[in-house]
Amino acid sequence: MFINFFFALRKEGVPVTLIEWMTLMEALHIGLAGSSLTQFYHLARSVLVKSETHFDQYDIAFQYFFRGIEPPEKLLKQVTKWIENPLPPYLFSEEERDELIKKLGKPEFEELRAQLQELVEKQDGEHHGGKHWIGTGGTSKFGNAGYSPGGVRIGGASHGRSAVKVAAARNFVDYRSDETLGIRQFEMALRKLRQFSTRLDGPKDELDLEATIEETGRNAGMLKLVWARPRKNTVKLIVLMDIGGSMSAYAQICSQLFSAVHKATHFKDIRFYYFHNCIYDFVYDDDGSYLHRTIKTTDLFNMFDSDYKVILVGDASMAPSELLQQNGIIYWDKDNEEPGLTWLQRVARRFPYNVWLNPIAERHWETSYGAQTINIVRKVFPMYELTLEGIDRAIKKLMVRK
Amino acid sequence: MTEKQTYQGTGDYIVSPELQNSVNISVALKRPILIKGEPGTGKTVLAESVAESLGLELIIWNIKSTTKAQEGLYVYDTVQRLYDSQFGEHDVADIKRYIKLGKLGEAFSSEERVVLLIDEIDKADLEFPNDLLWELDVMNFYIPETGETIAAKNRPIVIITSNAEKELPDAFLRRCIFHYIEFPDDKMMEDIVKVHYPDMEATLLREALKAFYWLRSVPGLQKKPSTSELLDWIQALALGGIDPAEISKNIPFLGALLKKNQDFDLTLKKLNSQGMENMPPQRRGGYVH
Repeated sequence: MFINFFFALRKEGVPVTLIEWMTLMEALHIGLAGSSLTQFYHLARSVLVKSETHFDQYDIAFQYFFRGIEPPEKLLKQVTKWIENPLPPYLFSEEERDELIKKLGKPEFEELRAQLQELVEKQDGEHHGGKHWIGTGGTSKFGNAGYSPGGVRIGGASHGRSAVKVAAARNFVDYRSDETLGIRQFEMALRKLRQFSTRLDGPKDELDLEATIEETGRNAGMLKLVWARPRKNTVKLIVLMDIGGSMSAYAQICSQLFSAVHKATHFKDIRFYYFHNCIYDFVYDDDGSYLHRTIKTTDLFNMFDSDYKVILVGDASMAPSELLQQNGIIYWDKDNEEPGLTWLQRVARRFPYNVWLNPIAERHWETSYGAQTINIVRKVFPMYELTLEGIDRAIKKLMVRK
Repeated sequence: MTEKQTYQGTGDYIVSPELQNSVNISVALKRPILIKGEPGTGKTVLAESVAESLGLELIIWNIKSTTKAQEGLYVYDTVQRLYDSQFGEHDVADIKRYIKLGKLGEAFSSEERVVLLIDEIDKADLEFPNDLLWELDVMNFYIPETGETIAAKNRPIVIITSNAEKELPDAFLRRCIFHYIEFPDDKMMEDIVKVHYPDMEATLLREALKAFYWLRSVPGLQKKPSTSELLDWIQALALGGIDPAEISKNIPFLGALLKKNQDFDLTLKKLNSQGMENMPPQRRGGYVH
């Protein structure tokens, strides 16, 4: 069934809706795909897929669904020989076409494929102008320059590479939104993190032009000024970054995230602090190589209200002792009276708007070397991978209290 | 559709078959086409080309961060009316005088079919596209002040461009035909350069393109050079009388291509250490020639 292509797309994560599917049906009905799979590939993509970040998933679904529709090499050669001397293309009128669609039904590619194979096995020579065998100018579902509403074009005047091959080439893998990203994309993602002040608090210090005109009008043309409260972003943010040894592999992406957050001007307040592997009774105040300026974690709790949103960035991969034991801290000259996990839980309780961004891809969380600690930390903080999609989800999470 | 029109590209604008196809799909299905792509891939110029190819008038609505959907429909100039009421130069009872149609209103009320370009729709507020949904769907709107309904005499061809600075609302996307303009490959880029500089020397052009695509493939660039930068650079090369053999050695006038300090340093380091030899295999777009 053709509708299965719809489900194949949804399974790959392309957000196709019925409205778009119906649009595609309409397009097929007025014959926009011709009877070529390549045209169908582009038509369906432009109608169904609304972001280049989903092109790759579309390609995978297309490849999966239509693989095998393209005739195999040997078959193609044989069939191409039959249609070497074509009739001129036969043009159908609207009525004829509608009738054909009624007669032949909407395309069902799985069935077509089976029929094609069967036909090739049975057919023994050239057929042109007919309506059953493979040939040219006819209305058989298979062949070239003919018309069949759900047919398969074979060989002939192909416009370039075959659709399934185009799909198989996966040219759009770079645009996937679950790939990691650059500063600008980070900035765009962070812009979504905004929450406007209500009209209820703050001074009225912005001229409300619309209302002023309205009031002046009511006031028989004598000027009457109306003031309103401005709407400003009230998001306050604390970013806690892991700069431990295992994070150096992700230094570039973290520095990109850092500069993006730093450049973001739309927050009311942003604070950066750093930690090694896990948070204990202190965090670092600077990320220089010295790391001597520390600040007590309890001071953080006193300095900042609970409406600060907290983003933790780290791989959450460490020795279980660092997280679960007293004096488990990685530095031999320091010790901690309480295990790191207790401190993480305190942070989570103190700042209920929190997320953890992990540069390790989500699919490796169960198997990477830090899997054990990752899974403990995940229970404390909602964890997302450090990709565009992950940040999007994290930001949505940050907007609501857990 | 009363008359069948197909877009075929114009002489000064190189269009890929896929894009041409998408435009024709959007015309046939009577839905707006949304164009996305890297800066410098000719999103805005597409509308000019479509208008020229189909022989239609082009109406451009440039979107800014302050643009409201309402402005595209009509503006009721209350201040002018208030002014007139006090200084009595015109008949204030005739509200129609103070209704000024916006770009969308203009496109609807045009006697001929037009091409309407809504440029950089992502600049506006998040809700902006949603506010236009109904009007773009039914192609009419109502002016309560005068009790008039402005309906499209001829359904305009609507082309919308976006630089992806904001996510567009899903409801809006559902109604659009979408096309992503890929960055042109070297063959297509050659055609594009030739349109701008028909007399460009072949070896210079080939070497320049080679260097340009090598530069774009350098990993870690913050801002990859785009078409417009390439065109400036090639002109600089031609004017400076640069020997084509020199180009791949030290990329003269690199500043015309790269606009960021870090990119500059990165490229020079790479060029000095490895030269252009280790060119990674180029990604090919789905173009057909």
